[in-house]
Amino acid sequence: MASYHAVIIGGGGTGAAVAHDLILRGYRVTLVERGEVTSGTTGRHHGLLHSGARYAVKDKESAVECIEENMILRRIAPGSFELNDGLFVALTEEEAHYSHEFIEACHECGIPARRLTKEEVLAREPNVNPDVIMGVQVPDATMDAMRLPLRFFATAKHNGAIIKTYTEVVDFIKRGNAVSAIRVRDHTSNKVYEIGGDIFINAAGAWSGQIGDMAGVDVPIRPSPGVILAVRGRLCNMVINRLHASGDGDIIVPQRALSVIGTSSWVVEDPDNLGLPQDHIDMMIKYGSELVPAVRTAPFRAAWSAARPLIGPRGADTGRELSRTFKCFDHIDEGVEGFVTITGGKATTLRGMAEATAGVVCAKMGVDVVCSTRETVMLPHTAYYV
Amino acid sequence: MAEQMIEFKVSRYKQGQPGPTYQTFKMLCDENTTVLVALQDIRRDLDDSLTLRHSCHHASCGTCGMRINGKEELSCVVKVLELGTPVVTVEPMRNLPIISDLVVDMEPFYDRFNSVGLPFIRGSEFLEDAEIAEGLEAYGRYENCIECNLCMSACPIMGSDETYLGPATLAAAWRVVEEPRGLPVKPLLDWVDSENGCWRCHVAYECNVACPSEVYPGDKIMALRRQLTKRKFRGLFGK
Repeated sequence: MASYHAVIIGGGGTGAAVAHDLILRGYRVTLVERGEVTSGTTGRHHGLLHSGARYAVKDKESAVECIEENMILRRIAPGSFELNDGLFVALTEEEAHYSHEFIEACHECGIPARRLTKEEVLAREPNVNPDVIMGVQVPDATMDAMRLPLRFFATAKHNGAIIKTYTEVVDFIKRGNAVSAIRVRDHTSNKVYEIGGDIFINAAGAWSGQIGDMAGVDVPIRPSPGVILAVRGRLCNMVINRLHASGDGDIIVPQRALSVIGTSSWVVEDPDNLGLPQDHIDMMIKYGSELVPAVRTAPFRAAWSAARPLIGPRGADTGRELSRTFKCFDHIDEGVEGFVTITGGKATTLRGMAEATAGVVCAKMGVDVVCSTRETVMLPHTAYYV
Repeated sequence: MAEQMIEFKVSRYKQGQPGPTYQTFKMLCDENTTVLVALQDIRRDLDDSLTLRHSCHHASCGTCGMRINGKEELSCVVKVLELGTPVVTVEPMRNLPIISDLVVDMEPFYDRFNSVGLPFIRGSEFLEDAEIAEGLEAYGRYENCIECNLCMSACPIMGSDETYLGPATLAAAWRVVEEPRGLPVKPLLDWVDSENGCWRCHVAYECNVACPSEVYPGDKIMALRRQLTKRKFRGLFGK
């Protein structure tokens, strides 16, 4: 029996996970990416495997998604995470008071959360601000933002998926109202050619609006960048978070011999033109040093911007009001057949996003195969290259 | 913000071309502009066929290695104006096949590196007096090596001897010897105790200079040599 050919546009974490899922369900898979894999938003985030605690009070849906996927990823990608847990610290009486609501919300979402005294916090993390009042320990972890998605790519590739990097979509070709092929340019040879398929999946993240425009559909995506700062030195072992509702500069993620401080949030039109506002870099130093004072004196390593692909109406202006969950659009609703978009979400939920997308695709194609990515232990990242 | 127009002399190559050529682009840079961001701006505004590898933008993934003004660097942490040259020359790393422009084929790197079987997670150095959190047996953290190939590009032996294991591979082998994590050490020591292993190094230490991630492969090659010498003496004296 000939299997359907799925063509995925976008080689970030989402595209990687969709490729992995669909090939396990028996599809032929081709993925195109205009640059190197993980060169958009994916590789550039601060590298947090969310426990979901950050969202527990205000966005339970995202929090539950996070803790479920966190536990699944530890199982299917063993050896890929710094097992270090997360620590939310209260620096004001108001934040200490908030801890009651916070811990209760975590438990409601199934997130283990343990109250620590000031002494317990400082014994674990001596570099935390000595004015700390108390803390909460949760199962956050550090992930390698590039190498976790690479495991999805590696496994998909070894199962037969074709990954075409430096291959940019330049046009969509339709038969009637259905997308039948994409025209691409191979930037390694400057050759232009067509790739035909049965179903086309837009997984271009912050760029998915541009891909949608090319196909003649509207994807309500708001590229929402944030500035992240890395300083030299491992200033903490655990992921240190500020115990308050989501805000700027409220997380420090240790990564190898670096400490990564994130992040701010605004919105832009063009995900290729983010800029790097100096006042946001200064803000990371200011707020980061409230959590761990040594941030102020640690040597600078890098500052950069990365664009979140948030779902939302045009007109949102800081990005904080946009939901962190994901959404799969079947563009038949706008009269275009054979084309779906997956967008929104975050790195921690990449597998779940792919499962939902593959579900939509299978329902469209009349394919009745269940998802098996929850149980499939993936190849190491190094298998991607050989 | 002091902006300056900088000339970038970029090595270009496409499949089917006889060899690389240089192309010059002008790009406005400010004090925060890294070579990586300047190259992305060139791709966006001047030539969308320019290819390069990049991912994390903070020296943690190791994909954006290249030669900048003749030196091996991660382009994401080199600020253009700090180079202090009106022309910035950008070339792909050496000792690997070129796929296109600044993109090299990493397969030969991983062919060597994977042979070591270095676990990706190591034991974490504890902060002084830090107590391990409940539920964790020990803090784990990533190995420092980010597999960027800069040391292999800078190494003078790598270019002349295809069989040399190279600094990144040997440093990975030393990490297993230093912290075995249940792996057998003897076969690894036997493997590096060879003509194309740690004795092939000429101690130029170019790898130490190139390393962006505190691995210092040259020091690790010397540590392997000391370990092998100790082993040899123990053998001679029957211990």
